[in-house]
Amino acid sequence: MKRFAALFTRLDQTTRVNAKVDALADYFGQAPDSDRLWTIALLSGRRPKRTVTTTRLREWAAERASIPLWLFEESYPIVGDLAETIALVLPDPAHVSDLPLNHWIDEIRNLARVEEPVRKARILDAWDRLETTERFVFNKLITGGFRMGVSRKLMTRALSRATGIEESDLAHRLMGDWTPDTTSFDTLVLRPDPAADLSRPYPFYLAYQLDGDPSSLDDPPADWAAERKWDGIRGQLILRGGDWHLWSRGEELITDRFPELAALADHIPPGTVLDGEVLAWRDEYPLSFNVLQSRIGRRTVPKKLLTEAPVILYAYDLLEWQGQDIRQRPFTDRRNLLESLAGSVPRAMPLRISPLLDFATWNDLAALRADSRSFAAEGVMLKRKNSPYRDGRRKGDWWKWKVDPLTIDAVMIYAQQGAGRRANLFTDFTFAVRDGDGLVPFTKAYSGLTDKEFQQITAWVRKNTVNRFGPVRQVTPHHVFEIAFEGIQASPRHKSGVALRFPRMSRWRHDKPMTEANTLTDLKEMLAAYG
Amino acid sequence: MADPLLSFTERGIYCAAGDFYIDPWRPVDRALITHGHSDHARGGMGRYLATEAAAPVMRHRLGDIALGTVRYGETRRIGDATVSFHPAGHVPGSAQIRVERGGEVWVVSGDYKTEDDGLSEPWEPVRCHAFITECTFGLPVFKWRPQPEVAAEIDAWWRANREAGRASILGAYALGKAQRILSAIDAGIGPILTHGAVEATNEVLRAQGLPLPDTIRVTPETDLKSYSGALVLATPSALGTPWARRFGPASTGLASGWMTLRGVRRRRSADRGFVLSDHADWTGLNDAIRQTGAERVFVTHGYTAIFRRWLEGQGYDAGIVETDYGDDRLEDEDAA
Repeated sequence: MKRFAALFTRLDQTTRVNAKVDALADYFGQAPDSDRLWTIALLSGRRPKRTVTTTRLREWAAERASIPLWLFEESYPIVGDLAETIALVLPDPAHVSDLPLNHWIDEIRNLARVEEPVRKARILDAWDRLETTERFVFNKLITGGFRMGVSRKLMTRALSRATGIEESDLAHRLMGDWTPDTTSFDTLVLRPDPAADLSRPYPFYLAYQLDGDPSSLDDPPADWAAERKWDGIRGQLILRGGDWHLWSRGEELITDRFPELAALADHIPPGTVLDGEVLAWRDEYPLSFNVLQSRIGRRTVPKKLLTEAPVILYAYDLLEWQGQDIRQRPFTDRRNLLESLAGSVPRAMPLRISPLLDFATWNDLAALRADSRSFAAEGVMLKRKNSPYRDGRRKGDWWKWKVDPLTIDAVMIYAQQGAGRRANLFTDFTFAVRDGDGLVPFTKAYSGLTDKEFQQITAWVRKNTVNRFGPVRQVTPHHVFEIAFEGIQASPRHKSGVALRFPRMSRWRHDKPMTEANTLTDLKEMLAAYG
Repeated sequence: MADPLLSFTERGIYCAAGDFYIDPWRPVDRALITHGHSDHARGGMGRYLATEAAAPVMRHRLGDIALGTVRYGETRRIGDATVSFHPAGHVPGSAQIRVERGGEVWVVSGDYKTEDDGLSEPWEPVRCHAFITECTFGLPVFKWRPQPEVAAEIDAWWRANREAGRASILGAYALGKAQRILSAIDAGIGPILTHGAVEATNEVLRAQGLPLPDTIRVTPETDLKSYSGALVLATPSALGTPWARRFGPASTGLASGWMTLRGVRRRRSADRGFVLSDHADWTGLNDAIRQTGAERVFVTHGYTAIFRRWLEGQGYDAGIVETDYGDDRLEDEDAA
């Protein structure tokens, strides 16, 4: 565990990408196979099942620290992280040991099979054998949500350096439905059998947001293809060996949630992999993301929901064709193949192709982009015509050019301290619009200000608190912020009657007095126009 | 019942018996000052009283003020009150202020820490009936490691950077923390450069006889190439500015009690956080309060609501005093 904790510390101590890759590559070069495998698993979002509730962990930690539970609970939001709070309040360990990461993960998993008193004794014993950072890591392994500030891309790069295997090849090997129980370091990384896993997806290619407008691109419009950017669930549909699989971008198998796509297997030959967007769809038009949301998180789908929120795959790329990986072929070739494939699938089937936009100049495209909302789209996507399908988020060949957000000027009325990186700062705010002489809260927002602005508003909140409700402070209504958001819909659960999508603070309107903030009537007009 | 010996007013902590204020934040005629940090020693007072050791820094910062001085432990009669100053261990010259009238004793802690830092006059418990204490780090998650351990971490970081040809830029408050670090680290590792604000305080403290290793003030003319692998002591706000980029390849660090929290370390984007505070930690606060023997405890700046509730649970008669002292957030430049 010391080696893993040291890795964690090294990663945590730097913000430099190269230093992180160095630290990981060193680790992958030295750690035993079982620890290397678990580290890859953890850094790609796989973790042991939770075997202890956080309620028990809090109680046991407070007891061991000889403090009342309420004091632990008050400390937690200030630290911003439960695993860290526990690690900090506990007394120094009595007997330190150095057992491998693998041992502690097994220990955590074995807790599922024992009675609670034994579970407690084992946790207390573990806490008493681990130093503060090791404890923190151990607690993180129990509570989940383990983040080490390392993207998958960096992990893959480091592993590539340590093993000498090509990065893109490794990225593909690490995809799919494996866990450390179903494979070994050797099988997964060093000697993979490509036929062993017919469900294995390709790494998704992710686009960066365009900085400014496309005239900043080096190449002329004729070199680019454009499509609308759809607001659905990015998905990869895999048809191999007579079976089908649907993967989300977060590498989750979501096949069972969209059973209507099974019919596609009757019309598309095995050895085909499609990339696209799962959209709720009716009468040749996308339904709002809200409708699609009713399908997310449902493992079994009742018939009623299938009729209310039917989905299609809106395909935009072809990654595998006739059993061949065709990602290196130019976009235009892949697109042509995709179109001819789709042409052979009956219209009654839940498959459509995201149409290419017709434009000659960037001004043409800007006009099409401006019209995005009327197509229930988020903007446009640009794809270089001669580009391969790459892996991960990379600049250069794909760009998203999102439509400008909707905005409204609102008054800050409540503030709460942030968590984690932003503990100690007031970062979570509730905003209101004016309604006659009163104020109606309508949204919360957490992001969009600079660190410096957060510090300023934090100092102001401390001096202008009128009332406290637990961690929430009611402040004097005074400051006006421009709130940007991507969508608006009716919501009976909110006092204001609306719910916003991705609200954030886009500007601190120092120039606007409260009396010039927007009103509930303005908000309702936006709902009528865009809801 | 007589008026309380000390009361809490809009200008600061007030003693009616002696008609003076302690660390007031608005102009008053007579101010007793615990230490020279800018949230405790402010300009605009008619008369000041502070320890001899605190005086040079106060004069340096506040200019030509009417400043009287006392030695630690020396008693002064002011009106019907008797006052004396006692070491607080916070920074050189810092004091707790004891106020007595007719056998009733109150102590105002100012800022303090219980660990001897080797430079400040070490904290001493002062018996009292009522204790007005800071609680900047009044949560059980704040527990400091002994100073030699932290100094060894800084030394190891500096050495590794020096070997890699990097400067080590360390952010620390200009009064107190910076000098404490200077006196605790191994100055033999390499040259030590200082930011102007740090060096100004160094000069004041050296002039009053505090032993500090040699340092070199960075000026626009300084030939930085001849000091490769140096330790650069700077104010926290200098980190990430063009000033800090002059040193070329560098690792950055911050020394503060807040570095306990991973979230704060990450938010500040320094490469390293060293947990080193001039305030008492959880254990220090609790020990200090117990040793005063006080039954009444007022908490001022810090996690006041939580710490008061804890003290009540421990059997104290505890209250909160709203003050204008800095919360010693890292954003505050000087609060140490």
